[in-house]
Amino acid sequence: MTGLAGTARAAVLPDDRADVFYSSYKGGGMDIKGKSILVRKKFAETFSVQGQYFVDTVSGASIDVLSNASVIKDERKQKNIDFDYIRGKTQYSLGYSNSKETDYISDNVHFSLSQDMFGDLTTVTIGAARGWDKISQRSGLLITPKGRADRRSYNAGLSQVVTKDLIGSVTVEVITDEGFLNNPYRFTRFLDPTDGRGWNLEPEVYPATRTSTAVTTRAKYYLWYRAAASASYRFFTDTWGIRGNTLELGYTHPIANRWILEGRVRLYKQGHANFYSDLFPRRDAQNFIGRDKDLAASRNTTIGAKATYAFLPDGWKFFKRGTVTVDLSRIQFKYDDFRDIKDYGIANGFAPGAEPLYKFNATILQIYASMFF
Amino acid sequence: MKRWNSSLIRSCALVGAIAVGATFAVAGDVSTPATGFSLNSLAGQSVALSQFKGNVVLVNFWATWCGPCQQEMPLLDQMYKKYKPAGFTLLGVNVDKEAPAVKELLSRKPVSFPVLLDPENSVSRAYHVADMPSSVIIDRKGNVRYVHRGYRPGDENEYLDRIRQLIRE
Amino acid sequence: MKSRRIKLAVLAASMLAMSACSGIKPWVKPYERDRLADPIMTWDRDVVSGAYLDHVYESREGSRGATGTAGGGCGCN
Repeated sequence: MTGLAGTARAAVLPDDRADVFYSSYKGGGMDIKGKSILVRKKFAETFSVQGQYFVDTVSGASIDVLSNASVIKDERKQKNIDFDYIRGKTQYSLGYSNSKETDYISDNVHFSLSQDMFGDLTTVTIGAARGWDKISQRSGLLITPKGRADRRSYNAGLSQVVTKDLIGSVTVEVITDEGFLNNPYRFTRFLDPTDGRGWNLEPEVYPATRTSTAVTTRAKYYLWYRAAASASYRFFTDTWGIRGNTLELGYTHPIANRWILEGRVRLYKQGHANFYSDLFPRRDAQNFIGRDKDLAASRNTTIGAKATYAFLPDGWKFFKRGTVTVDLSRIQFKYDDFRDIKDYGIANGFAPGAEPLYKFNATILQIYASMFF
Repeated sequence: MKRWNSSLIRSCALVGAIAVGATFAVAGDVSTPATGFSLNSLAGQSVALSQFKGNVVLVNFWATWCGPCQQEMPLLDQMYKKYKPAGFTLLGVNVDKEAPAVKELLSRKPVSFPVLLDPENSVSRAYHVADMPSSVIIDRKGNVRYVHRGYRPGDENEYLDRIRQLIRE
Repeated sequence: MKSRRIKLAVLAASMLAMSACSGIKPWVKPYERDRLADPIMTWDRDVVSGAYLDHVYESREGSRGATGTAGGGCGCN
């Protein structure tokens, strides 16, 4: 949604392509299947258009839905269109995307400018994006509008060729949201001796604004026997008091002109938002209260591997290249101050605030085919 | 203090303008003697620039890993076939570090002009190649008359204009 | 006095940068970029997959932003 528009270099537009994509996410009680197609075409080597269409089908009952009886089933449709224009050493990009599900509509526009300089060793990029979200709450067939959220983001990046084997980059992005920023299905809980469970629920109250800053540094190194090793680190901080650190390491190993194998490890850790608590001492304990697990202190670790096979390594007729890829990831989520109150409570011997900390694993499978023209 | 500041600003701006100008120079008409060189062709024969004195020569620096270079090649081939009888030669100087990729590419997309190998990049350095691809047009007397950096569709017309002009000289 | 010193410092830094601009020759020549032009050296080779995973993490974590990069490659044109 936010972030830099595309990853093309400023000097040359990428090849024309068509991709079909399938994904499956299973974990935390959720089962999400995704399908997507992408088409990209360039004209006179100076102008290109890219269109994507995604459909995600979500079903399951996550930890946040306390009653096992209500299983979510929803469909999200997203369409993106992106334009790129090259003039000399400058690339201009403009894109629009729209995402629609029963209770959430999001529109985004983004623009960026990339400039190659100093013998094409340096690429400087600046960009901005605007988003408009409409949030509703669904209860059976009834959909109640809850509010709107506006988003503004600004980004700047510098990519530098350091040696003939090493490339590095630094990117900064500042995002500000304003409006209805919480999830209408989430609630907070507070200690309540009058309730049989020992606790009770009340709606979340979030600040109406949020400003965040993220800085990412990356490096990629060419290993002499033809392979690439990469590392990236992102630091995140925002006005809600969340601090996030992301470290990602990757290794790419090609085999002749046919195969590319890749492995990656991602480590993430975040501190909680300053208005977050798993269990407040009483009703209306603070001005702002939240219990969304996305705002909790947590960690997650991902291990992923992918294999790409070129079934048309040198092209055939007007196809330049054809590949098929299988990508498998396993993520282990651990929460340091979010407890599983769906499966544990006074009824099975856990006092409020002493329920086990929540954790779950997710498996992601992606399969896609790409044809280059 | 004020005077020093404003002259400092002016010299910064001048230096900045030169730097920006240097970065964006895509093509230029010049006149300097062409540095001689001798390289092996793909077939293994030694070919020297001096052999072509009396002809108009276009030296094109290219690589197998460079997309715009591949786009240019068929157009350069057409140019070579058309103007060869009028005293025009085209030398494709390849800068790949290893020959097998070059042989493989040319076996799939052959060209009729001589392809010379510059794996040590000595000729690329001598000609101050600052972009890929780069084309240098040398007149019948052995002087570099036109330098073109990069390739975008339509650039071949610039080459043709210069070639026709130099053939008539 | 303080604002004059700041102005001088900014001018000196930009002079240095400007002279560095015109003085620095690219230390990796365009004909040495074969490794950087290799597809395995692109920042994000699979755009759809990369965007999908970014979305998976962004919808489950508190962090967001600064996920894309432009640059590198063959430096042609």
